[in-house]
Amino acid sequence: MPSQNSKQTEQRDLFRGALEMMVLGSLQREPMHGYALAQHIKQRSNHLLQVEEGSLYPALQRLLRDGLLKAAWEISASNRKVRTYRITPAGKKHLERERSSFERMLEGITLVLSPAGSEGAV
Amino acid sequence: MNWLKQLARRRRHFSDLSQEIKQHLAEKTDALMAEGMSRAQAERAAQREFGNVTRIEEDGREAWMWPLLENFLFDLRYALRILRRSPGFSLIAIATMALGVGATTAIYSVVSATLLHPLPYPSPSELVRVEANLPGVGAHDIGISVPELRDLQKSGTFQYVSLSFFGTNVFTSSAQPLRIPSKSVSPSYFAVLGVNAQLGHTFDPHDTTPGFLPEVVISDGLWKSAFGGDPHILGKTMRLDNDLYHVAGVMPASFRDQGQTSKERSTDLWAAAGFSGPPAPPPVRATRLPFETIARLQPGLSPAAAQERVDALVATLTKQYPGDYPSQGGWTIHLTPLAETLVGNVRPSLILLFCAVGLVLLISCVNVANLLLARASARGREMAVRQALGAARMRLIRQLLTESLLLFVLGGISGVAVLFCARKFLLRFIPESLPRLNDISISWGVLAFALVVSVAAGTIFGLAPAWLTSRLAVTATLKQEGRGTNGSRRRTGLRHVLVIGELALSLVLMIAAGLLLRSFWDLYKVQLGFNPTRVVTIQTSLPNPNDPKTDIYRTATQEGVMLHEVQRRMRTIPGVEETAVSDLAALPLGHGQNERRMTPMLREGEKAQSNQPPLIDALIVSPEYFHLLGITLLRGRLFAEQDLETTPLIAVINQSAARTYWPGQNPVGARVHLLGRLGRARPDWTTIVGVITDARTESLADASIPQMYVDIYQRPFKFLTFYLRGQVDPAAISAQVHTQLQAVDAELPVFSAETLNDVLSSSLSVRRFSMVMVALFAAAALLLAGLGIYGIISFLVHERSREIAIRLALGAPRRKILKMVLRQGLTLAGAGAGVGLVGALIVARLMARLLYGVSPYDLSTFAGVTAVLTAVAIAASYVPALRAMRLDPISALHAE
Repeated sequence: MPSQNSKQTEQRDLFRGALEMMVLGSLQREPMHGYALAQHIKQRSNHLLQVEEGSLYPALQRLLRDGLLKAAWEISASNRKVRTYRITPAGKKHLERERSSFERMLEGITLVLSPAGSEGAV
Repeated sequence: MNWLKQLARRRRHFSDLSQEIKQHLAEKTDALMAEGMSRAQAERAAQREFGNVTRIEEDGREAWMWPLLENFLFDLRYALRILRRSPGFSLIAIATMALGVGATTAIYSVVSATLLHPLPYPSPSELVRVEANLPGVGAHDIGISVPELRDLQKSGTFQYVSLSFFGTNVFTSSAQPLRIPSKSVSPSYFAVLGVNAQLGHTFDPHDTTPGFLPEVVISDGLWKSAFGGDPHILGKTMRLDNDLYHVAGVMPASFRDQGQTSKERSTDLWAAAGFSGPPAPPPVRATRLPFETIARLQPGLSPAAAQERVDALVATLTKQYPGDYPSQGGWTIHLTPLAETLVGNVRPSLILLFCAVGLVLLISCVNVANLLLARASARGREMAVRQALGAARMRLIRQLLTESLLLFVLGGISGVAVLFCARKFLLRFIPESLPRLNDISISWGVLAFALVVSVAAGTIFGLAPAWLTSRLAVTATLKQEGRGTNGSRRRTGLRHVLVIGELALSLVLMIAAGLLLRSFWDLYKVQLGFNPTRVVTIQTSLPNPNDPKTDIYRTATQEGVMLHEVQRRMRTIPGVEETAVSDLAALPLGHGQNERRMTPMLREGEKAQSNQPPLIDALIVSPEYFHLLGITLLRGRLFAEQDLETTPLIAVINQSAARTYWPGQNPVGARVHLLGRLGRARPDWTTIVGVITDARTESLADASIPQMYVDIYQRPFKFLTFYLRGQVDPAAISAQVHTQLQAVDAELPVFSAETLNDVLSSSLSVRRFSMVMVALFAAAALLLAGLGIYGIISFLVHERSREIAIRLALGAPRRKILKMVLRQGLTLAGAGAGVGLVGALIVARLMARLLYGVSPYDLSTFAGVTAVLTAVAIAASYVPALRAMRLDPISALHAE
């Protein structure tokens, strides 16, 4: 089989909810439109995360549907008509919850992977 | 209206989404151009970094959809388009499934009415039939006495116990004497069944009148036909067999009585009696009434637990009344679920039919799955393109599954629609003797069954083709234009397996049909031992009033005068050459096996209790009966005119009786005491005066039932069958006989005129029905299997056309190509026949009980059917083989 399929999945799913978390986090700082959001995530992650720009949009739609974001058409600084997203109070609460659970998970993974915990590891 | 608003808002979300994606791409392009790219370069780069716009937009939209439902609707629309695009394929697939589901649903509707819901009464599982036996003397179903009935009623095991006796009453207050199928029952009868009257009331179950109650309950049918649905019917009087009754209640239209025969199930009138006073004999333990006993168990009591309690009761009674229950008899009372007694004898046939039709359904499914697989090769390119464009495999499988489900469900709907239109026509094929014939219908339950079957079949048989269709190497397929991919080899393998399975299943069905056909034929062609041609039979019943003093046909002499006169008049009907008369039981093959009541007899020199009284099938006939039916006398004499009520009782036995009960002796001159009903009327010795040949008048399948014939002029009987031999018109004879009969007694009814050949043929009706159905199913299966093998061989020829063309171009003789293709067909047929023969051996063993005169492993049937299957396989392969042979190598190779 060609590798096409597997590459796609690797790129799209960091893990469930990761992209949403980053979107919420970025929008908590300041409201942004899609393009700006994509650039923001790329720069902030030092281009470490290979996020397909387009994949932001389904995530944005889901957050919008769940009432975690609001969207409105505005005129940007560069004089473009853009759809700007804002985080809602529900979104903030959701982000808080997600962030703490993510941190716990990361801590757990780190503990398992740390050399002290794994006997025989090089 | 919430979802409507949501739908409107969704539209805006969708347009916002595509607009903002366009904006995103524009902004990105501008940014890249600012970095120095050309517009074209920048646009391409922006696209690349963004990803698949269409898919992303679709993913984004999904957030606002009800994905399961909407995807399904989308798939459905697409599936409909696909089906319309290849109408030939769709039509064949739908017709195949219509056949499978339609036939299965039809048989299910029969099974549902008879086997699944045999008793249309509340809590049917509480109903049991009570049967007393004397296993010690081999006597079965000896009847129950009134004291025993009371003991059962008091035992606490039953809610109600009821006797019933089916007969006919002659209703004489209407313009014409009307013969009404009626039942004499205990007052608790309707309480046992748990059904109430629609008008008036049924009998009081606690009534203690010893004789007949002065009231009757009538059926809705009789109420409408004889009384025009008179709303003031209650309290009106009816004169029945010279006794006056008034109508107490009318049963609901939906009510149908229970019973072994269709006549009994169409009872129109119920009279209640305590059976402990006249006309019944005095209620002592020794007098067992030869009636049917049914009972309703206490709620929650299982039949097994009830049987235990009854056993304990029997033990107590046996101890308490040793004189009435001698230990040699071993008196027992046996409870059988009532449903079991009604459908027990048709169950094997119906189960066989249901299995047969199940196989047809299976073959239809396999055939359609095969078609789907064949189409999978044609759609390889479509699948590859859709996968290359980013369709997930699960999504494709779901799409393909929707398509097959649509095919199967459409097939199911068409099948049921055809069934619904043809139901009246089809019902005519169902033998009348089938219980609950009138309740067979296409109910909601039957429709639900059809739907579940279609959906289940669509899922099961759509899944594998969907799986294999969606599984392919995208690049390879696209390069090869969808031909010769590795997925296709697996598909072809599966198709081989499916065709082999189809052939095997149809072989099983054909062998089952073959064996049934052989049985039927053997029965049909059996040496009857009597001659049924040119004989019309017609029935009447004499009044049976409750007070014997008012009975004008009380004695054999009284009845004899009438019988002689009636027959003399019948012989004046043009065309009639001979006449005879007998009781109902003597009508050859005229009744079900359950109606036969064997009479116990004692041979001279035997003690009643020291020996088993042998049982004999005793029939009451007039002297002319033997000559009319062509039954030959072997030794001794037949009845003569001088044998009368006043002369010593005589009897004639058949060879089987002589062989069984007087082995190695001459039975002529031997004397017997007949017990039971016949013995009560005339308890003196009966002398055997003659031996006749065995005739299969009781059962076509059994030639050796011991029979004894007694003289109707010595032992009168109320329910009579007249026989007329000659050149008569069965359609007109009823009216002609009626005129002659009424000239003698205006109150005698005439009914059931039929030729003896018709009686004979209807005695084979259940057998004929199951044979014809299984044969039809087998033919359908063979047709489908033939189509299947044709399909796969055509496909193989098509796939190998390049190879064949090369072979031909290299000089291979065309005959060799033909042989090569035919060999493939034969290999499949051989494999199918091998598997099928193993299956058929198992099935044949299971259906051995339904066979007659043919071994379940009958070599000629097995060999013949295998030969037919092979011939069909060769014929089906021959067409594509010819096509392969005539292949033009040049054009075939150019086409590549």
